[in-house]
Amino acid sequence: MNALLISAILGVLLMLSSVFIKNKSLIHMLALIGLAILFILNLAEINGWLLFEIDVKGMLRFDRYALVMNAIMLASLFFYLLLSGRTMEKVGPHYADYLALLFFICAGLFMVTGYASLLILFLGIEVISIPLYILTGSDKRNLKSNEAALKYFLLGSFSTGLLLLGIAFFYGARGNFSATVSVDPTVVASSLQLASLLLLLFAMSFKVSVAPFHFWTPDVYDGAPTVFTSFMATIVKVALFAAFVRLFEDTFSLQFSIWQPWVAGFVVLTLLIGNLTAVFQQSVKRMLAYSSIAQAGFMLLAVYAINGDSKEGLLLYAASYSLATIGIFAVLIYLQDYTFEGFNGLAKKQPIVAASLAIFFLSLAGIPLTGGFLAKLFMIKAALSYQPWLAIVAVVMAVVSVFYYFRVIQAMYFRSADQVTQPEFPKAFPALLLITALLVVLLGIFPEALLGLLYF
Amino acid sequence: MVVLLLLLIPLIGACFLFLYKGDHRFASAAALQVSFASLLVMGARLFYWNTPEMLTFSAPWLTSLGSSFSLQMDGLGTMLSLLTSISYFLLFWYLKGRTIERPAAFFGWLLLAQVGMLGVFLSIDSLLFYFFWELALIPMYFLASQWGGAKRIPVTFKFFIYTFLGSVFMLIGILYLQSKTADHSFALESIKKIRLSNEQQSWMFWLFFIAFAIKLPVFPFHTWQPDTYEESPTPVTSILSAVMVKMGILGLLRWLLPLFPIASYMWGDVVMSLAVVGIVYASLLAMQQSDLKRLIAYSSIAHIGLMTAGAFALNNMAYQGLLLQLFTHGINILGMWILADIIERKTGTRSLDSLGGIAQQSPTLTIFFVIIALANIALPLTNAFVGEFLLFNGILATPSNYYWVFATVGGLGIILSAVYTLKMIRAIFYGEPNTITNKPIQLESHEVMALSVIVGLILFFGVYPQPLLDMTADFSKELFSQTDITSLFRKS
Repeated sequence: MNALLISAILGVLLMLSSVFIKNKSLIHMLALIGLAILFILNLAEINGWLLFEIDVKGMLRFDRYALVMNAIMLASLFFYLLLSGRTMEKVGPHYADYLALLFFICAGLFMVTGYASLLILFLGIEVISIPLYILTGSDKRNLKSNEAALKYFLLGSFSTGLLLLGIAFFYGARGNFSATVSVDPTVVASSLQLASLLLLLFAMSFKVSVAPFHFWTPDVYDGAPTVFTSFMATIVKVALFAAFVRLFEDTFSLQFSIWQPWVAGFVVLTLLIGNLTAVFQQSVKRMLAYSSIAQAGFMLLAVYAINGDSKEGLLLYAASYSLATIGIFAVLIYLQDYTFEGFNGLAKKQPIVAASLAIFFLSLAGIPLTGGFLAKLFMIKAALSYQPWLAIVAVVMAVVSVFYYFRVIQAMYFRSADQVTQPEFPKAFPALLLITALLVVLLGIFPEALLGLLYF
Repeated sequence: MVVLLLLLIPLIGACFLFLYKGDHRFASAAALQVSFASLLVMGARLFYWNTPEMLTFSAPWLTSLGSSFSLQMDGLGTMLSLLTSISYFLLFWYLKGRTIERPAAFFGWLLLAQVGMLGVFLSIDSLLFYFFWELALIPMYFLASQWGGAKRIPVTFKFFIYTFLGSVFMLIGILYLQSKTADHSFALESIKKIRLSNEQQSWMFWLFFIAFAIKLPVFPFHTWQPDTYEESPTPVTSILSAVMVKMGILGLLRWLLPLFPIASYMWGDVVMSLAVVGIVYASLLAMQQSDLKRLIAYSSIAHIGLMTAGAFALNNMAYQGLLLQLFTHGINILGMWILADIIERKTGTRSLDSLGGIAQQSPTLTIFFVIIALANIALPLTNAFVGEFLLFNGILATPSNYYWVFATVGGLGIILSAVYTLKMIRAIFYGEPNTITNKPIQLESHEVMALSVIVGLILFFGVYPQPLLDMTADFSKELFSQTDITSLFRKS
C-alpha cells in the first residue's frame, strides 16, 4: 500500500519536474532516489509498518508474497535505471516523461500483484498497458517503433477486451468480483463460469506472451526502443505472472482439473516455440525476445503446479531472470551491431563486462551456481510432482536454450573482434554490471536471503 | 575439515589467479605452489589426519530445499582425490616455465576445474553433487575453447551440449528421488532408504546412466570424445582424460550401483555389451589413426570400456580392480599425454607418418615412452597389470549368463591394445630418422623429473599395489554388500 500510492505521486512529481529542472542527470538522480524510497517503504511494509490506513473495502490485499514480489521488482527497476536509465535520453527529448511513465507503470504493477478483486486486476493491467503503448512508440522518427506501438496497441486492446469479457462473465456467474474466495465447482459449474475461466486464461496468457498467444511479442520487443524492451520483457512480465499465479491459485484453484491440461499444453507449446525459434535468430535483440517467450514457458510451470514450491520458485525466477535480462539489454544498448558478430572479441576489450554477461547468459541457461539454475530447479520439481514428461520437455528445452545463449559467450570469448569500433561504456558501468552479476550468483548460492523474506 | 581444505586451496588459488595482473612467469609458479599445497594436504590426510571428523564436513545450505553442503572422504574419495592432486602437481610441474597465452587465466580455469572435480568426488548430497558436476564442466569448456586448436569452437560446444544433456536427465532423477525420500532430503543416506520398485529403479537407472555414460564415455555416447581430446590443448586433454572421466566411474560406484542394484543387474547385460563392443570398436579405430592424439583418445575409450564392464560385474574382485585402475589409468594416461605433448612441441607434428627414428637421437625420451606405453597395455610388473587382472577375474565371475562372452570379447581388447601401442612406438621411435626427427630432443630437467615420478609410480605399484588395495578395501566390501545380487534376491 505504501509503495502503490507513493509511486503514483512520484510519477506526477517527475512529470512536473521537467518544467523546473533542465539538468537530465539531476532528473535521473531524482528517479533513483524515488525508487530507493519506494523500496524502503515496501520493506517497511513487509515488517508491518504502514504509512496510510486506508479502507480499501477488500479490493487490495498486500500479503507477504505480493510484497516480496514488489521488492524484487523495485530492486530490478533500480538496477535497470542505474544501468540504462541515462540511455533513455537518446530515445527522444522527453526524458522526464519517460521516467514518470515508468513510475505510473509501477503503480499498476503493485495493483496487479496485490489485487483482491478482479476489477483491480483489470485496472492494474490497463495502468500498465497504456504507458507501455506510449513507451513502445516513443522513438517517433523510427518506423519500426511506430509499427510496434500500433501492433501492441491493437492486439493489447483486443486481449484486454477478452479479459473484460471474462470478468463480466465471472460477475454474471458469481455476483461479485472477489478474487480471494475460491470458486466452488460443485455449486456453480455453469457454462458462464467455464467461459469466464477460459477467457481469463487466454487473456492472461496473451499478456505474459505465452504461446499460442505470443505472436505480438517478437515484433513489439524488436521494434520498441531497446531500453524499454528491457523493461517490458522483465519487470512487467514477472508482475503479470504473479497476478496469473494468484488468479489460478486462489480464484480457480478448485477447478484445476479443467484448466491444468490447458496450461500444460501452453507450457509445452511455449517452450518448443520459444526455444526452437530463438536458435535461428540472427539478431541478439530478437533472440532475447524469443528467449523471453521461452523463459515464460518455465514461469508458466508455476501456474501449472499450484503448490508452495512453485510459488517460491517464481520469486526466485522473477529475481534472477529480471536481473540477468536487464543486464544483457543494458550492454546491448551500447552496441552498434545487434547481431551475434557485434559481440566478437568483447572479452579482450572489456573483460568485466564480458564476464558479467557470461554470468547472465549462464543464469538464463540454468547452469548451477546462478540464480537461474535454482529457479529452474524449483519449476522442474513442481512439474515433476504432476507430470514427469512435462519436466523432461522442460529440461530438454533448457539444453536447447544453451544453443543460442552460448553463441554470445562464444562470440565474446572465443572469436576475435573483426570490427574496429568497440562500444564505449560509461565509467561506472562495468562495476555496476558486475554487482548485478554477483547478485545473480548470490541468488544461486544463498536463495534463502530472498526466500527468507517470505517467512520472517 | 581436510575435505574442505582440499576444496578451498584450489578455489583460493583460482580466485587469486583470475584477479592477478602481472608477471606471466609468476602465474605458473603460483599455480605450481597451489597444487603442491593440495598434494601436501593429501599426504597429511593419508598419514596423519585419519579421524572421521577430519574426513567429513557438513554445513547447512539450501535448507528449505532439503540439501546440505556435505562432504565425506571414503576409500573411493581418497583414491580419486589422491589421483587429482598428484596429476595436477605433475602436470603443473611439467608445464613450469612454459609460455602459454594468458597463463593466469589458463591456470585459474584449471584450478577451478579441480575444485569442481574434487567436489564431485567428495560430495554425499545429490544436489551438491550435481552442482559440482556442472562446475567441473564450465572451466573445461572455457579452457578447450580458448586455448584449443582450429576447430575448437564447434567441437567443444558439442562436448558441452552432450554432457549438459546427460546431466539434466540426471537432475530429473535426483529430483524424483528427493520427492520420494521420507525427510525430503537430497542426502545420499536418505536416498538409500527409499524402497523403489523394479520398474522405478529401471527408469532411475537410465536417467543416471546416460549422464555417466556420456561423461565416461561409453560406446555409443563417445562421439564427442576424440574430437574434444584432439582439439583441446594437450595439458587440458590430460586432465580431461586422467581425472575428469573418473567422474563417470565415480557416478557408477557411488550413486548408480548402490542406489539401483536390481536395475543394475537387470540392465547389466546391455551395459556390458555396450562396454565390450566399445573396447573392440575403439581399439580397431585406434589402429587406423595416424594422429598421435586421436590414437591415445581412442585407446582411452577402450580402457574406459573395460572399467565400465568391471563396474557391472557386481562382485568384489572387479570392484577392487576397478578402484585400483582408477588410479593407475589416470597416472598412465597422464604420462602418455605429457609425452605426446613433448613430441608435438619439439617436432612440430603429431602425425605418425611424418615421425620415425626418434630413438636414435633421443634415448631418454624413448625409454620413458616405452615404459609408459607398455604400462598402458598392462604388461606385468606395471601398475595397470594388477588392476586389469582383477578386472578380468571379476568379469569372469559376473552373475550374468554371458560372462564368458564379455570376458572373451573384452580380452580381445588386450591383444588389440598391444597391436596399436607397438605400432605407435614403431612409427614414432624406430625406422630411419627423417628431416624432422634427426635432431636430438632435449628434455628440460623438470620434464624429466615429472616423467620419472610417473615411471616410478608405475613400477612401484606394479610390484607392490597393496597400499592402494588397502585404501579401498572397505569401500569395495561395502559396495559389494549393497549390490550383491544373490543376497538381494534372497531378501525379496
